Amino acid sequence: MHHVVLERWSRGRSVLHRRDARAKTLALLVFLVVLATSYGPLAALSGVYFALLLSALLLARLPVAGALARSALVLPFSVAFAAVSLLAGDAPRAAALLSKSYLSALAVLILISTTPLPQLLRGLEQIGVPHFLLMVAQFLYRYLFVISEEAQHMRVAALSRGASVRGMAARRARFRAAAGALAVLFARSYARAGGIHRAMLSRGFQGRFHLLAAPRFGWADAAFLLLAALLPAAARGFLGGWRP
Amino acid sequence: MTPLITVRDLHFRYDDGTAALNGVNFDLFPGETVALLGANGSGKTTFVLHLNGLLAGSGSIEVCGMPLTKATLPRVRQKIGLVFQDSETQLFMPTVLEDVAFGPLNLGLDPHAAVDRAMHALELTGMSGEAHKAPYHLSAGEKKRVAIAGILAMQPEILILDEPTTFLDPPAQRSLIELLHSLPQAKIVVTHDTSFAAALSSRAVFFQKGVVAAEGDVTGLVRRFAWNSPVTTSR
Repeated sequence: MHHVVLERWSRGRSVLHRRDARAKTLALLVFLVVLATSYGPLAALSGVYFALLLSALLLARLPVAGALARSALVLPFSVAFAAVSLLAGDAPRAAALLSKSYLSALAVLILISTTPLPQLLRGLEQIGVPHFLLMVAQFLYRYLFVISEEAQHMRVAALSRGASVRGMAARRARFRAAAGALAVLFARSYARAGGIHRAMLSRGFQGRFHLLAAPRFGWADAAFLLLAALLPAAARGFLGGWRP
Repeated sequence: MTPLITVRDLHFRYDDGTAALNGVNFDLFPGETVALLGANGSGKTTFVLHLNGLLAGSGSIEVCGMPLTKATLPRVRQKIGLVFQDSETQLFMPTVLEDVAFGPLNLGLDPHAAVDRAMHALELTGMSGEAHKAPYHLSAGEKKRVAIAGILAMQPEILILDEPTTFLDPPAQRSLIELLHSLPQAKIVVTHDTSFAAALSSRAVFFQKGVVAAEGDVTGLVRRFAWNSPVTTSR
């Protein structure tokens, strides 16, 4: 039985968890736009944005250290670009890249940690995200665990046949074996997809997912959206984070 | 008695040229449970995939008086519920309730009626307490029960179970036998597990090289084909 931390966090019962997925998604969108277009006193602005996200984490009763650490997973990607800017003599741009990518990741993490995936996908569909894209995301999320389990089984099978032997020759052999395993994994995933399609057809699937009762967007959700959209924009206005 | 399923002279060849079915004749009558026995590759699963139109060979198939054609396919799929060997294949929705309601929603039921039906099916299979869980949080036995609930929610007249005991430990197998005994539908069970087949079936059909080689009671067929003969070793 598999266990995913974010999935567990998303099943909480805080005020933030109870908000409609559309409100949270739109608030995230506003935050990302405000953040991406911020300019000027970046240290002060980043501090304020970070404080806002920290308040959201506390409001959602999520483990702060765990959430902050997980958001840092984005840094290895942005560090490369930041390093290029730094080498080109543009230190403020490098700092902006790092802080903006980290804050963006943290904001996205708060959304997915406070919204169970079915609700999130449903909210996105109601906002107008293409249905097909969401269907792919849903299947990807559902079968990631199955495919990862198959990969684990193949790894154990490889280890049980001596794949852990050290040395250069063994490393080359392992690399070849890993390439082969990837091909097998692809073939198995492809076969699995065929099986799933058959199972769907046998239960009357005709190309479109039908939804159970749609969630309601209440006054509390509207108030939350207004507040969550206004706060970062107001902070930016107050601190003068506009491009001259 | 009019059969629920009538199959005559069914032939099927896979794209790679393998002849999987070579003239199968078969009848299923109301209320009976038929076990399909036979070696791997004998054509059992290929045969059941034909019954609700997932594969299309030559020959004739009639389900509840309807000839199986493109036009009757949606109605036939409502009549025949197919439980796949690997439950992971069947449980693709984010929560148990949504998965079980998937079939009823496809049948055109409104969401409220679909949830009612799904909850009833989950109660029948003893899984109503897990309705809001994600399927990957369930054990193999629970997944099998949810997969059966997903089929029952479509209120089929015939249940087809492909290797239902795969991945199940003995207590889960016993519990599955009890559950299947309690369901009134006619059933076709594809299995290698002869004790499971004997506990459940009123009749067995033995497949060999894509044809029905023999029919009869499970014990008689198992003896005739030496299906359970012990492994002998020479030292």
